[in-house]
Amino acid sequence: MTNHWVDIKNADLVIIMGGNAAEAHVCGFKWVVEAKEKRGAKLVVVDPRFNRSAAVSDYYAPIRSGTDIAFLGGVINFLVTNDKIHHDYVKNYTDSTFLVHEGFSFEDGIFSGYNAEKRSYDKSTWNYQLGADGYVLTDPTMESPNCVFQQMKKHYSRYTPDVVSNITGTPKDRFLHICEMIAATAAANKTMTILYALGWTQHSVGSQNIRTMAMIQLLLGNMGMAGGGINALRGHSNVQGITDMCLLTTNLPGYMTLPNEKEQDFTAYLAKRSPKPLRPNQMSYWQNYPKFHVSLMKAWYGKAATKENNFCFDWLPKFDKGYDVLHMFERMHNGQMNGFIAQGFNPLAAVPNTKKVADALAQLKFLVVIDPLATDTSEFWRPAGEFNEVDPAKVQTTVFRLPAACFAEEEGSYTNSGRVLQWHWKSADPIGESKSDGDIVASLFVKLRELYAKDGGAFPEPILNLNWAYKHADEPSPEELAKEFNGKALVDLVDPKDPTKVLVKAGEQVPSFAFLRDDGSTSCGNWLYSGSWTQAGNMMARRDTSDPSGLGQTLNWGFAWPVNRRILYNRASADLAGKPWDKSRTVIAWDGQKWGGNDVPDFKGNEPPENGMGPFIMNPEGVARLFALGRMAEGPFSEHYEPFESPLEVNPMHPNNPLARTNPAARVFKGDMEQFGTAKDFPYVATTYRLAEHYHFWTKNVPLNAIVQPEQFVEIGEELAKEKGIVAGDKVVVRSNRGKIKAVAVVTKRIRGLDVAGKKVHTIGIPLHWGFVGVAKPGYLTNKLTPYVGDANVQTPEFKAFLVNIEKA
Amino acid sequence: MNMNRRQFFKVCSAGLGGSSIALMGFSPTAALAEVRTFKLARATETRNTCPYCSVACGVILYSMGDKAKNAKSRIIHIEGDPDNPVNRGSLCPKGAGLLDMVHSPKRLMHPEVREAGSTEWKRLSWDDALTRIAKLMKEDRDANFIAKNTAGDTVNRWMTMGLLASSASNNEGGYLTHKVFRNLGILSLDTQARI
Amino acid sequence: MALQSLDIKQRSATTTPSPSERQTVEVAKLIDTTRCIGCKACQVACMEWNDIRDEIGSVDGTYNNPTDLTSASWTVMRFYEKENSSPFDLEWLIRKDGCMHCADPGCLKACPAPGAIVQYANGIVDFHQENCIGCGYCITGCPFNVPRISKKDSKAYKCTLCSDRVAVGMEPACVKTCPTGAIMFGSKEQMTEQAEHRIGELKGRGHGKAGLYDPAGVGGTHVMYVLKDADDPTQIGLPASPTISALVSVWKGFAKPLATLAMAGVALGSLFHYVTKGPNEVSKEIEDEIEKEDAQ
Repeated sequence: MTNHWVDIKNADLVIIMGGNAAEAHVCGFKWVVEAKEKRGAKLVVVDPRFNRSAAVSDYYAPIRSGTDIAFLGGVINFLVTNDKIHHDYVKNYTDSTFLVHEGFSFEDGIFSGYNAEKRSYDKSTWNYQLGADGYVLTDPTMESPNCVFQQMKKHYSRYTPDVVSNITGTPKDRFLHICEMIAATAAANKTMTILYALGWTQHSVGSQNIRTMAMIQLLLGNMGMAGGGINALRGHSNVQGITDMCLLTTNLPGYMTLPNEKEQDFTAYLAKRSPKPLRPNQMSYWQNYPKFHVSLMKAWYGKAATKENNFCFDWLPKFDKGYDVLHMFERMHNGQMNGFIAQGFNPLAAVPNTKKVADALAQLKFLVVIDPLATDTSEFWRPAGEFNEVDPAKVQTTVFRLPAACFAEEEGSYTNSGRVLQWHWKSADPIGESKSDGDIVASLFVKLRELYAKDGGAFPEPILNLNWAYKHADEPSPEELAKEFNGKALVDLVDPKDPTKVLVKAGEQVPSFAFLRDDGSTSCGNWLYSGSWTQAGNMMARRDTSDPSGLGQTLNWGFAWPVNRRILYNRASADLAGKPWDKSRTVIAWDGQKWGGNDVPDFKGNEPPENGMGPFIMNPEGVARLFALGRMAEGPFSEHYEPFESPLEVNPMHPNNPLARTNPAARVFKGDMEQFGTAKDFPYVATTYRLAEHYHFWTKNVPLNAIVQPEQFVEIGEELAKEKGIVAGDKVVVRSNRGKIKAVAVVTKRIRGLDVAGKKVHTIGIPLHWGFVGVAKPGYLTNKLTPYVGDANVQTPEFKAFLVNIEKA
Repeated sequence: MNMNRRQFFKVCSAGLGGSSIALMGFSPTAALAEVRTFKLARATETRNTCPYCSVACGVILYSMGDKAKNAKSRIIHIEGDPDNPVNRGSLCPKGAGLLDMVHSPKRLMHPEVREAGSTEWKRLSWDDALTRIAKLMKEDRDANFIAKNTAGDTVNRWMTMGLLASSASNNEGGYLTHKVFRNLGILSLDTQARI
Repeated sequence: MALQSLDIKQRSATTTPSPSERQTVEVAKLIDTTRCIGCKACQVACMEWNDIRDEIGSVDGTYNNPTDLTSASWTVMRFYEKENSSPFDLEWLIRKDGCMHCADPGCLKACPAPGAIVQYANGIVDFHQENCIGCGYCITGCPFNVPRISKKDSKAYKCTLCSDRVAVGMEPACVKTCPTGAIMFGSKEQMTEQAEHRIGELKGRGHGKAGLYDPAGVGGTHVMYVLKDADDPTQIGLPASPTISALVSVWKGFAKPLATLAMAGVALGSLFHYVTKGPNEVSKEIEDEIEKEDAQ
């Protein structure tokens, strides 16, 4: 979330699309209710199902799953055509005036630079025009056909209300009504917030779904505002924290990146990540990258990391490509992996195409499962009737299962979706012999280190030299680890302007990442979390509920990254002169001397507004990008592509170009393409989702939740049910080209067939919480049905739109 | 009067079943009309965070015992923390049922192994489990570690081992997991972040 | 714990007058159905707090689960789908069902077991299972069909409005947990005011028929609903004008003395059963006798 949970109450309009907050983020949803009650805000829900969020909405519109870009592209077209944009904001805080590379083009669904064989783009034309001074050329009149604004206008002009309705199935009047509600927030003092979740990410165009809405929020001037922003409602309690720690294939903590194997030179590696400003007097904050990187290397390797050895640059693994979860199981399936650890993760249940995953796990030599609860993954070898058909004798994988302590039995911090780190305390000893995740990892590492110390082995340096100055090697305390990722001074840090002044004494915790250095004099395990455990103590454990602004900022409750900032890009909540667009919701303002107000400024604290520094300080442009440059895999603007399994044979936007039917840049592994089904055999769109009563695959182990939602079911509309002779309570079989599940039918008015491109398209809703391990009634893993393909940028699987058939069991 | 004969007798019999018995001296205990005793009177309160979704609601864990040396804490009740600015005491059906997650019959109690081809779990000590896993890992790493790629560039990676990290472990555990596994050379690293 | 905050107002099958000198606050729970998302947090919190666990049942083709109130599910959500003018103009009406804590409680009036049902001065109607004989008359007496007899111990159970929590100054478990604030708790006066406020707001949003459900037929209730369409509570499963079943009223009026005298013989017979077989048998015997007679 660029904003945070309580801030939702400051919105004038709440859009829930690509998510179902009332169901999946129930307690956060209270702030939607609060906005409605206290501000008279309106709630709009756009979803294939009239869901629990819709139950208390002011306006609902259905949409065919997988067509959000068409809907949102239509919104952009509506806003631009009807001139419902926040002009000052768009002109000054986005790249709308920037000139685009002349070679950039878009023809029949494909951008310039496409290589069909590699299914990827040469992105060299996805760029701005640069002047001789290295700065981007602009057209402040925004009239040049090459400026970003005109390019954008042209691109989305194709998404007329009729086109939108034809693709999405959303009735035109409902679409237009929502456009009007959105357009009303273009006023400088009105804000809209968007709440989305996996309903947008779990598509082959997931990242572009979100980007399109981000563009809308920029056009409306809603980024940085209280009650605005782009708000991803994240999944697990600490998914935000673990993402910030970047347990991702090619990242380092704090969204730094590992070197590519071609990056053998340390200086070049750092330079590439420290971009110079693209416009005069811009901050381009990532220029500080070397400070954060070197401090991380000092946290990891201690004294072994020196300037002379490039702070152990070569000790880091260098990648050829990304090994995300789909790639991982593809390689496992091909017999290219021998060992695998599932820590608090149930991939047999959570990864698409269960059969492929089960076959892959059976190829492993050893599997280690670390979890507080019995998982389906840990028992993938165990026959469980129709729910898990397997011959254990044929599974030669050795499976270890290690009991992890649960939240109540340990202390530490979780980062919520609003980026707030909150400390929690231990209530009871771990049950049985279970241990915390940290202790399990530490004890395993200590064993490995002993073996390497005794017997040597392949490249032992990073193992033997890993900084491990913990009081108990087997059990590093959460406090020690938290202090390590906050960072500390390794020598006295003196003020560069006045060497007699010591800013931080050697050995002391740094107050924030502003104190980190690139010369090896500081260590910091995650620069983003710097400030969370300072010399003053544990900032994450703060429990002051006071909220003087009334905006719900509670600046002294816990700690928000970065530097306790609650609303990102908050400089954009004020106009060019530094006055808030809406005084009643002041986030920050310029007082003539400095920036201040009700948040930590996302800006240089004493930078006068007249100097023209832009509010988006992380970008070298200083402004936000309507044109994504080469940052996205499939194009600098979004385009509607059909899901990989679509009820339509062509993309209605590009009926004559088969290359543009589905995302042209999405990765599909050999064998998986062949497993996609067609509408002829599987005529219905299926979408999987959560229910309020259950959490993912955990609560099928929890009696209380099993009681209130005991048994697997699917939801179908009344019309389809009638057609198929299915009545509520019947058992039905749902099949895709990869497998089948059996479940009870819930027949409802809340899902209806939609008129799409001349045909009726029905949707089948599939809640995902059941499996063959648990106290709830045993059920089928729903991912038996889902296709093995992900979003082109981050490879999030396409769980939300695929094809099935249904019949009475 | 809208009442049939059957109902009339039912009414009368109700009186007989109860009051008349009482009249004749067989009253059940002259019970004090007391409500059920408040079960948390001196339970220990611990502040924590719900481990399910990213709303990360504040919860209060109530445990038996006052943390005296001879008392073993057991969590007996969990409810929302009214101080938490986000949930303000409320909890959803998952959070409200956390007690049954903590004490789930499906909690794992000790390390176990299922040997290749076997149909059952076998209990292991922590030391045996970790020693076996560490040996398997070292053997595989030593055999398959790639120091240089075919172009001769230093890559220092271990491609036959992967880890999917929990998104419910705390930041401290997550940080340590990254620190350890990245330094073994692992690139097949992902989290529960998106699925 | 002696709970002086919980003065007794009425006690089942007891003629001794209750103390009434002290003036204590009347409480109420307000359920705003227009804010309810049917998440069932209240159901879970209720079971968790009260140390009850219902059976893991099955799905009947709806979201209703458990499908009905039971001796271990003192509250359940009931879901109703409603289509308005156009196919996408839908309403998903959801109501938290459970004891209404009537000011004039039919269950208590019908109950023949002394002290099995009490009404506190704060308005809570509570069942004391140790005094319950399992006859089931509370079910007959209840205009909302709420109490349920346990299969395990043959005693009647229902929502206590968390009398144990209220007694120590806390709100009921369902109220505290409710994520959207659809369930609120306070004095009856405050809750009535809150309801008026919400109804005004709903009317402002175009719901002209919004109103409060606090039925006079049972003397008002200590669990009240804000309804979007208060003109027709039946669409959300509530009786339009609930009253205590005629048979219970009659019993309280003239039948009680009449029965006591005229059927003393039966009473003696059943007393024998009571002593030897326990209370549940008694009522069953009598019930059977009546059934037999009735069939003739």
